[in-house]
Amino acid sequence: MAADNTLTVNVALARHGFAMEASFAAVAGLTALFGRSGAGKTTLANLIAGLERPARGHISIGDRVLFDSESGAWVPPEKRRIGYVFQEGRLFPHLSVRGNLEYAPRFLPAGTARPDFDEIVALLNLRSLLSRRPQRLSGGEKQRVAIGRALLAQPSLLIMDEPLASLDAMHKAEILPYIERLRDEAAVPIVYVSHAISEVVRLADTMVIVDDGRTVASGSVEEIMGCLDLRPLTGRYEAGAVLAVTVRGHDKTFGLTELGFSGRRLWVPAIDAPLGDALRIRIRARDVALSLTEPADTSLLNILPATVREIAETDGPQVEVLLDVDVPLIARITRKSLAALDLRPGKPVYALIKAAAIDRQSLGMGGSRKRRK
Amino acid sequence: MFTLTAVETEALALSLRVAGLAVAVSLPIGVVLAWLLARKHFPGKILLDGIVHLPLVVPPVVIGYLLLVTMGRQGIVGAWLYETFGIVFAFSWRGAALAAGVMAFPLMVRAMRLSFEAIDPRLEEAARTLGANGVWVFITVTLPLAVPGIITGAILAFARCIGEFGATITFVSNIPGETRTLPLALYTLVQTPDGEAGALRLVVISIVLAFAALLVSEVTARRLKQRETD
Repeated sequence: MAADNTLTVNVALARHGFAMEASFAAVAGLTALFGRSGAGKTTLANLIAGLERPARGHISIGDRVLFDSESGAWVPPEKRRIGYVFQEGRLFPHLSVRGNLEYAPRFLPAGTARPDFDEIVALLNLRSLLSRRPQRLSGGEKQRVAIGRALLAQPSLLIMDEPLASLDAMHKAEILPYIERLRDEAAVPIVYVSHAISEVVRLADTMVIVDDGRTVASGSVEEIMGCLDLRPLTGRYEAGAVLAVTVRGHDKTFGLTELGFSGRRLWVPAIDAPLGDALRIRIRARDVALSLTEPADTSLLNILPATVREIAETDGPQVEVLLDVDVPLIARITRKSLAALDLRPGKPVYALIKAAAIDRQSLGMGGSRKRRK
Repeated sequence: MFTLTAVETEALALSLRVAGLAVAVSLPIGVVLAWLLARKHFPGKILLDGIVHLPLVVPPVVIGYLLLVTMGRQGIVGAWLYETFGIVFAFSWRGAALAAGVMAFPLMVRAMRLSFEAIDPRLEEAARTLGANGVWVFITVTLPLAVPGIITGAILAFARCIGEFGATITFVSNIPGETRTLPLALYTLVQTPDGEAGALRLVVISIVLAFAALLVSEVTARRLKQRETD
């Protein structure tokens, strides 16, 4: 990639009962803005796209300044070259799918390279939809067209605001691979707004946590998810540590796949990925158990020697234990077990993970390491 | 067979001409005004809204009189128009078109405004992120989506123009071949002894014309709606 497309955001906004104070940077790849509903993620996306104006601050892509309150710089949305995929698609009802896709290129400044229509149509598999009206498309098809329409504006940044939120599970599964391809094949940085941790783990390289109008933390998905004090924000039930792993082997007899990370081994139900492929898996805290001795004669396939790093109290009868298995791993155990095992930081333990607990939903395919090599 | 007499043909043709000119001239103004009232906030908006709607609530004679005072040869605007462009409204069919256009204007603007208000502004936002500036957004998204309402407004206004009486007779009088439109011709016949038969024929023509306009309006609106869901 020749041009520097790093997005730098540092904005403040205050209006009837809602204050925003956000600051983060998004480099190449997919950056997730994660937070619960009403946290201000969409407002933040609108500020970046220029649909809303911050009270003060600075927004730039590379060395292109889009907004700066000190110099008074303001680039209107139509000149920002930021593609925006909205939650509800927002396809033009008076145009066919082809009309929607062909909408943006005519506004490109003369002399700019035209995006390859056929390539984008092929990437998103839109060929058979071209003559249809948006009203006659399924939710998933609509979102694919919306993505294609945004890409054909030749954006230097693509914002996707909860593009899967209005879809049912089946259509979500239909769209996800397209977003992955986009992330891996189109050289456009993506800002992905979501409140679903499974989407973030699966898609994002970097994540920014937004809470109550503020950007609370940002970093790689592995870093953020392995951070105990962010657990109230990343969600207790579904969340867990995220590990970057590579596919080391397949066991056809038992239908298992062997994954490797920092010299360790992890067995999971068979994954359809070639040897050496880089993946990311989320191991939910509730699926990790602890033992002081190495269990023998157990059905558990994954027994990892670990060291206790940190223990976080929660409101309920459970605590969360941050473990070091060369990378962070989080286990949720009862307060009773904590007392029985007398766990303290520095104590060596064995982390026990059921292979069956790691399912498709916990996988991020084609993770960051593959693309950066 | 129902054949028209020369007088009837003359009145009908004049009515169509007057209504056609009135709608053609007021349409672009109506579209812009409807859009402003639907989408923009500006000081004096309520006042402007009131002025647009005035012909709907004030007796037509009052409008006709106001036009006579301002747009007549001696009127402030009328005198200026005559001296600058040589345009005369008083006692001409153009004056009849002006009176009809003013009277029909609120109806036209109302229909169009509703149509603009029904457009999801988020579609316009989407267009902007795709590179369209304000003017292009209006041309490529707002206007096409408002077309059903614009057509309805135009047809309603046309029908209203055909029926205009009070303002017309006050402003441009009742001159055969120049300002005697269908309703004025009908009025003249009603005033004439033994005119009942002729009056009845004009009543039928008026009703058929108005009904046809409403029918066209309804069918067009339905067609366009259909097209959008195809």
